[in-house]
Formats: sequence, structure tokens, C-alpha cells
Amino acid sequence: MKYYRSHVLVCADPECLHKGAHDVLDSLQDELVAQGLNDEVQVLETSRLGGCSNGPEIMVYPEGVNYTGLTPDDMPYLVEEHFLKGRTVQKFITQTASFVDEELGAPKAKEVRVVLRNCGKIDPENIEDYIAEDGYLALAKVLTEMTPEKVIDEIIASGLRGRGGAGFSAGKKWSLARVVNETPKYLTCNADEGDPGAFMNRRVLEGDPHSVLEGMIIAAYCVGASRGYVYCRAEYPIAVRTLNIAIQQARALGLLGENILGTGFSFDLEVRKGAGAFVCGEETALIASIEGKRGEPRPRPPFPAQKGLWNKPTNNNNVETYANVPQIILKGASWYASMGTELSKGTKTFAIAGDVKNTGLIEVPLGITIREIVYDVGGGIKDDKGFKAVQIGGPMGGCLPAQHLDLPVDYASLLSAGAMMGSGGLVVMDDETCMVDIARYFMDFTQDESCGKCTPCRVGNRRILEILERICKGQGRDGDIETLEYLCQEIIATSLCGLGQGAPNPVVSTLKYFLDEYKAHIYEKRCPAKVCKALIRYDIEENVCTGCTVCARNCPVNAITGERRKTHVIDPDTCIRCGICMQVCNFNAVLVS
Amino acid sequence: MTIGVTNRDDVLNAVDSAMERYGASRDELIPILNYLNHALGYLPAEALEEVSRRMRVPKSQLFSVASFYRMFSTKPRGRHVVQFCESAPCHVVGGRQVWQALQEALNLKSGETSPDGKWSLVTTSCLGVCGVGPVILIDDDIYGNVAPDQLTDILARYA
Repeated sequence: MKYYRSHVLVCADPECLHKGAHDVLDSLQDELVAQGLNDEVQVLETSRLGGCSNGPEIMVYPEGVNYTGLTPDDMPYLVEEHFLKGRTVQKFITQTASFVDEELGAPKAKEVRVVLRNCGKIDPENIEDYIAEDGYLALAKVLTEMTPEKVIDEIIASGLRGRGGAGFSAGKKWSLARVVNETPKYLTCNADEGDPGAFMNRRVLEGDPHSVLEGMIIAAYCVGASRGYVYCRAEYPIAVRTLNIAIQQARALGLLGENILGTGFSFDLEVRKGAGAFVCGEETALIASIEGKRGEPRPRPPFPAQKGLWNKPTNNNNVETYANVPQIILKGASWYASMGTELSKGTKTFAIAGDVKNTGLIEVPLGITIREIVYDVGGGIKDDKGFKAVQIGGPMGGCLPAQHLDLPVDYASLLSAGAMMGSGGLVVMDDETCMVDIARYFMDFTQDESCGKCTPCRVGNRRILEILERICKGQGRDGDIETLEYLCQEIIATSLCGLGQGAPNPVVSTLKYFLDEYKAHIYEKRCPAKVCKALIRYDIEENVCTGCTVCARNCPVNAITGERRKTHVIDPDTCIRCGICMQVCNFNAVLVS
Repeated sequence: MTIGVTNRDDVLNAVDSAMERYGASRDELIPILNYLNHALGYLPAEALEEVSRRMRVPKSQLFSVASFYRMFSTKPRGRHVVQFCESAPCHVVGGRQVWQALQEALNLKSGETSPDGKWSLVTTSCLGVCGVGPVILIDDDIYGNVAPDQLTDILARYA
């Protein structure tokens, strides 16, 4: 095979041909011969490169420069500049309209992308794109060079822990299912990412589905599973579609199905779509749902490793855990373990939302501090307001205040501070957030999503919500705080699954760090953040009001009275605290207290 | 999305094609119900009875599964189902105003179906497209960065 220093791909799409691509190609080859470069530069015809709207166009590698709008007369200049002098010719480069990805931008400071490395870079519907990025190389290595035990040892050594929230060692989980002497065994992938505001897994499934499949096939080899299921929530139709395409392509290439890569190992998988139930993210509920039942959790033990899908040994990990596996095999356990802290290795994806400047997806090494995430990666608080708290770990996570800004984000530190890793939702809150209201919001979500099977979760969490609603309405009573503490403690201790056990966490953490706000609501009937409508009142400041009447005209309930050019007055009994008067006042005369 | 049918033949035809596609095995129940819910707009009792008979699964179990999952409806729904994302990320970027405007535009409250059978309005859990909130989903079409004043235009696309 001959080696060239440069490769030119000429688009030979009908549209470019129509615009004279062959004339450009001929002229280019003539010029390369004339300059004596035809042994150094290879010219090939290729299919559609870009949009062809500005053809004829060529792509030059290894630089990856795309020249468009070319004519045969441009070739002598282009060859001289680019191939002789080594300068790119700016005038032939069209500036394509910059595409703004609102979820996943270019990596920001302190980001390290392992799981998200291919997202937005490769075509998720083309397996060859993935293979070009070393895809399925790890699988080939595993199947041809490594025993299942050796792979498990490697994953254990890498320190990879379950990215679905609980953080159990992935390698140990595999070995638990491996040692069970029963067949068939099953493999499941939890793609039921239900935390509001968390969409890391969706992005991986839509942007790099083969990394998940490859991780699953490797895990199946280790566990000895013959069949697998990706349980994907129905709210993600594009992820379901992309996965199905990826599975078909992998099957067509012999990477899934019978006798994978000719090694005698067989494994096949399919996508199962959920039907809208948050609790199905819990592994035993997920298994019940795949079996066609109500998605209700059951007590563990027995763990799915012993009795899972159809009572057979089953290994379940989440999307991100599987997606990490191929990279660990390729780059080695020590590479992976070099990132993170002693007990929390590697990287983690987070979806940052809330009052922070850069919202969206990020992937950072574990052990990074909350301050670094909020200020360096997230760009700080919106409108330069003050930081109040960060809610981490999804709806069952906890709220951490400013005193924990320097807390390292790892499994143990988060737990000891009263939050948890969860799947990776991260909501940043500024100083105008009421923490009692936030706790109420999350309880409203979790009690609604309770499957109703066990009493502590079904009834207890409802009681917590009722108390919080009362407090926010200004009807808090002496003893409420103690009742809340008691309920939280009992529910955490007695609930069946992670949902019930985790549901009181937002209340526990806000009681721990923001007790003063609860007290202000209950005893002083005051909402310090001025959020709870029943506890605030709007007043018009006498010397500031000009009597312009704009507030009175905009008030939806006619609660504002006053003569033109005289101070206006808000009737607190009629006022519904909508805040419109404050927004429309041009003189900042409306105050909230 | 089709019209809320209660015609027995339509129901049986839908069950036929679902069974043909997925097979009558218990673990295919949720895909089958998904299919029926989509084809018929909801899960009529006749459909569940027919599935129960063919799959040899007790009706009680079928109804318990059908009522467990949020995406299955055992009541007739409108020709178009408007789903509004009620999650926090959408809520904080103006979702509340959109929700208010949506209820006014359709003259429906959450969970209601319009008397002419055209619209149903429901809330949904997070659709995971939080980068472009507020988000609404009409049938299978997703709309992001929705502002209250766009609703009339969006709704007008549906006959």
C-alpha cells in the first residue's frame, strides 16, 4: 500500500457534478502533476461531503479543511498555497452557520469527557463512525484475549461504580451474577432516566448508542448472559429509535447475535419501552416491568444477581456504567483509576440546571468540588446573585448550602453531607429561593411517583407533603418540625425501595441546613426568600409612588386603589400576590415583605 | 393518533395486529398495550378483555397493569393529546405561564378532554429536553422554547 501525505476527497454527488465537480477534479490532478505532487497527494472521488449547496467542494486531510465554491481556474492557486506552501486558503472556506448545541457545548474548563466523548462528534446512526473511533475494539480484545475473570478484575481495578445512583462496584456486581450456577442468565440496561432535569443518559443513547451496546456485550461475556434488554423510558422516542438502528447494525456485522466475531460467544438484545412510571428506574421494578407486570419493586434479597428476570440470574447496570466499560478495557484500569478520588474513580456526567449561567450537560472527574462545578464549569450564578444551595442527586437527593461549596463530589462525601450522587441531576439555587418551597416541590414529585405498594412511602410521604404545604400557606404549627423529623426517620428506615427511602432526603437536608427558614415560616409566619405567596405582602412606598396608576390598571383583581398623582394602596385581602404591580412599576415603589 | 374508537371491529382488528406483531406472550404485554393505546387512542375495556382471553392472563392483572402506567389511558382521549412537561427545569423558565395559557387556549384543565373530542390535556413527567424548556408534546410532535403567544399558531396545525 502506498502512503500519501495528503488526501483530497472531491465530492462527486450529482449536485456537485452538475456544478462542474469533474472539471475541478481534472484541473486539480493536472496541477498536482505539474507541480510534481501526484505521488504525495491522493485525490479520490467521494459521496456527499457537506450540503453541496456551495459546490463543487473538496475535503483535504489530515487537516480536515473543507473548501467550497471551487472552479477549475482556482486550482493552480490552491495547489500552490495549500500543498506546496502548506497554508490553508481562507477564501475558499465557507463559514457555515455556527450550530449552537443547547445541551452539550464544547468542553468547558475542568471537564474530562469519557462517556460523552463521541456525542455530537459521530453519526449515531452509522456504526462505521463508531468503529472509526476505536469502537468495538475493546469487545474484540475481550473476546479474543481475555477471560471473563480477567475482564472482571480489570473493571474492579478501575474502581468503576454504578452510575445509576447507588454506586455499587460494577465489577463486583458482575462477579456476583457470574458465580451463580444457573442458566439462562440475563443482562439489563437501565435507561429509565426519570429524574426531572436529568438527561445525561438520553444524550448518550442518542449520540453514541454503540458505546452502551459494546459495554453490554462485554458485561454479558463476563456474566455469562445470553440475552439482554435495554429498558428505555417511552418519553425518549429518539433514543429508542437510535438504539434499534444500532442493534440492527451491530447484528449485521456479527457483533451481536450468534457466534460473535466468530468466537463462539452468543448474545442478543432488544429494547423494551417503558410506559411512564418513574419507579421503574429501581432495578426490581424495572425487571417486573420487562416481565409485563406492574412496575413495583420487591424486597431484596434475593438480589437480581441470584433471582432477577424470570427468577434467573440477572445483571443490571445503567447506561453510563456500560458506556464507560469499552474505554476502561482499551486504556486500562490504571488510566481510569487515575481520575477521581480514592474510592470514587473516573468521571461522572451531570445535567446542570437552575440559576447558573451555563446550563446543560457536563462530564467532570469525580472529586471535583461543588464550587468548581458551579463557578468554573457552570460559569457562576445567573445575574451575579448569591449562591444559596445546590440540590444534587435528583428528587431523592439533598440540598447542600454554601458551607459545603468545597465539598468534593464523590459518593461518600455527598452521602455524609446529606445528599447523594444519584444519577446526576444538579440544580443550582440562588439566594431568592425558598428552601421550604423547594422541599415541598420535591415531595410533591416523589409522593406522586410512589408506586403505592408499601405504606411508609405511599402514606408517609403524602403526610410530609401535607405538612409542608401547610407551612408554606402560613398555617405551620408548633411541633411540625418534630413531626417532620420523626416521619423522615421512619420512612427512610422502613420503605421498601430506594424511592421511598430517598424521598424524605430533600426535607432532611433542608431541615439540617435551613432550619431557620422553617422556623421563620412556622413561628413568624414569614418567608425570608419572599416566595411563599401566603406569607408575603406587597406594599407601595409612599414617597416613591408618583401616582401614575400603571399598577392599578394592571392589577388583575383590582386590589390597588388611589387617585392620580397620589400614593396608591394595595388591599392585602384582595391581593393575590401575583407580583404584576412590582413588574410594571417604573419607579420601584412596590415592595415585598 | 386516531379517534377514540369504541367500535368493536376496530378494537378486534387492533388487537389482532398487536398480537401478530408481538406474539401472545406475557412479557410482551407492555409493548402490546403501548401499541393498542397508540392505535386506539386509549385502552377500551373490550380491548383489555380480548387481550386477556388470547394471552390467558386474568383480566384483573391486565387492568392493574393498564392503570399503573401513566402513558396508558383507560378513558377515551381526544384526537390530539397535548402533554405539558411539569418538571422543575421547564417550570423555572416560564413553564407556569405557558401552562396557564395552554389551559385557557384549550379551555381544559389537566386530565380533561374537550366535549368535541378533539383535545386532551395532560401533564407529563420530564421529557429530558430541558435545554429548550418550556416543552409541550402534541401527539408525537415536540415543541421547545414555547412562549404563551405561540400557542395559537401551534394548536392551529392540528385539525
